[in-house]
Amino acid sequence: MSETKYMNPYLAGFLLGLLLLITVFITGRGLGASGAVKSGVVAIVNTIAPSHTNNTHFYKEYFEEHSGNPLKNWLVFEVIGVVIGAFISGLISNRLKFTLEHSPKVTNNIRIITALLGGALFGFGAQLGRGCTSGAALSGMGVLSAGGIITMLAIFGGAYAFAYFFRKLWI
Amino acid sequence: MAPLVPDIIGNELNFIVAILIGIAFGFILEQAGFSTSKKLVGLFYGYDFTVLRVFFTAGITAMIGVIALGHFGMLDLNLIYINPTFIWSAIVGGLIMGLGFVVGGFCPGTSVCAAGIGKIDAMIFVGGSFLGVFAFAEGYPLFEGLYKAGNWGSPRIFEIMGMSQALFAFLLTFMAVFAFIVTTKIEEKVSGKKNPEFLPVKLYASLAVIAVLIGVSAFALPNRQEYITNQASDETKLSAYNPKTMTIDELAFRIIDDDQKIQIIDFRTPEQFKELNLPNSVNLSTESMFTKDATQMLLTNHKKRVFLADDEVTEKRAAFIAEKLGFDEIYIVPGGLNSFKDNILNFKPPEKIGSKQESDTYAFREKASKIIPGIIEENKLKQTPKKKETKRTLGGC
Repeated sequence: MSETKYMNPYLAGFLLGLLLLITVFITGRGLGASGAVKSGVVAIVNTIAPSHTNNTHFYKEYFEEHSGNPLKNWLVFEVIGVVIGAFISGLISNRLKFTLEHSPKVTNNIRIITALLGGALFGFGAQLGRGCTSGAALSGMGVLSAGGIITMLAIFGGAYAFAYFFRKLWI
Repeated sequence: MAPLVPDIIGNELNFIVAILIGIAFGFILEQAGFSTSKKLVGLFYGYDFTVLRVFFTAGITAMIGVIALGHFGMLDLNLIYINPTFIWSAIVGGLIMGLGFVVGGFCPGTSVCAAGIGKIDAMIFVGGSFLGVFAFAEGYPLFEGLYKAGNWGSPRIFEIMGMSQALFAFLLTFMAVFAFIVTTKIEEKVSGKKNPEFLPVKLYASLAVIAVLIGVSAFALPNRQEYITNQASDETKLSAYNPKTMTIDELAFRIIDDDQKIQIIDFRTPEQFKELNLPNSVNLSTESMFTKDATQMLLTNHKKRVFLADDEVTEKRAAFIAEKLGFDEIYIVPGGLNSFKDNILNFKPPEKIGSKQESDTYAFREKASKIIPGIIEENKLKQTPKKKETKRTLGGC
């Protein structure tokens, strides 16, 4: 069976907007993603080297703001849901498949390195910018937060500015 | 009034809600095609603007919804999380994320989504993002200066641009429609094929109509708070309004009786309230009745809510607003707290007493004037300065 088509982008956008609105209505906060990674990192470091988290400024600040187990965090649960939701969608639309997707012009190794590097940059930038495309840009736009919208402009502006230099990876 | 967390939906249940919302989030992202890096970066090379269409439509939908719910008093905007603005870290962090986007082909949310359907590159991206966060955490002392520089608080974008929320929403919606049209043209040029389904004229027309309607209604209709407050300051409306009353003697009797069935709501200033407050009383202002905190105070079941202020007019105004907001069992005290002070707390026996009824009243007042100050003192002692205030939701990515 072949893959089914993607949803009309405007319909998908409308549904995503409604979901964000419902999220704000119920919980008072928006959607997110990178915050779950942060909780994950804190949990890992705290398990491996608890004395390190007690002495390091970043983790101390984290524990001042969050009480309890770092994995007992709204975004961690939400991201677990994202994996499940994507899996269900992939199942329905016949898109479940283990693949390393890349442009035919680059090798597997290059794709592995760029994915790792890109992830690291995004993870780092999301910490500095207090949120990623979901938590800062999308949710920020929904509640018209100045900071969120500035971050959004910087993300997309930055991507356009750097796109030329990395065109060989994609086209 | 929303948000529903933490009062209607508890913090534990909220985790279940998080999973359900996450499932919907992942499902929509995957259905939209955000599970493939090729589609995501298409935005930056001009061959596929799906991201822009989905993202902009979602942002506009949510924005209009939040504005509308706030406008009609269904969502307390003071309690929702507004991402704080730290100007320099927002810009530098955003640029680094932009670089990560074109290098890695995902953003965190979409990488998790793509990993969910088996994309190995996405799983590697997720791993990379752990490393990135770890690097930030370890090097935090180096970046802390930049991270905390330029703190503007949590302004809304239209505030710093000096325009009204409605006008900004209006302009942004038109900008979105404009961007949809232009990018579809670019996409056709770059990919060399027509894609008429992404340029549905009907959709633009209906979006534009909705935007115009909302814009016009926002200008035409004052929001709920303004509307009710205006009505309450209308003298004729106010004089036609007759709330239930509780006389100073009844109030005094209930205080002596330590009646738990009354909730006194005191509309004087916090300073006045601190100086003298009756047992079972809380301090509130007429403006704060529109917030979620007050809503809870006014919703206590099976209690008579006694509105108290120095004078009766203020009480009446507050009661009027509260009834408009849908609260019931509201009583005002004729003569206000001033009368209560003069006739009960500082009771002076009158020179001549008329009927038997009058003499009973005076006897009661004399007794009350001796007991109540003691009760007030006692109440002051056991009072711990508890001020329940619902905090803004902690959010963020």
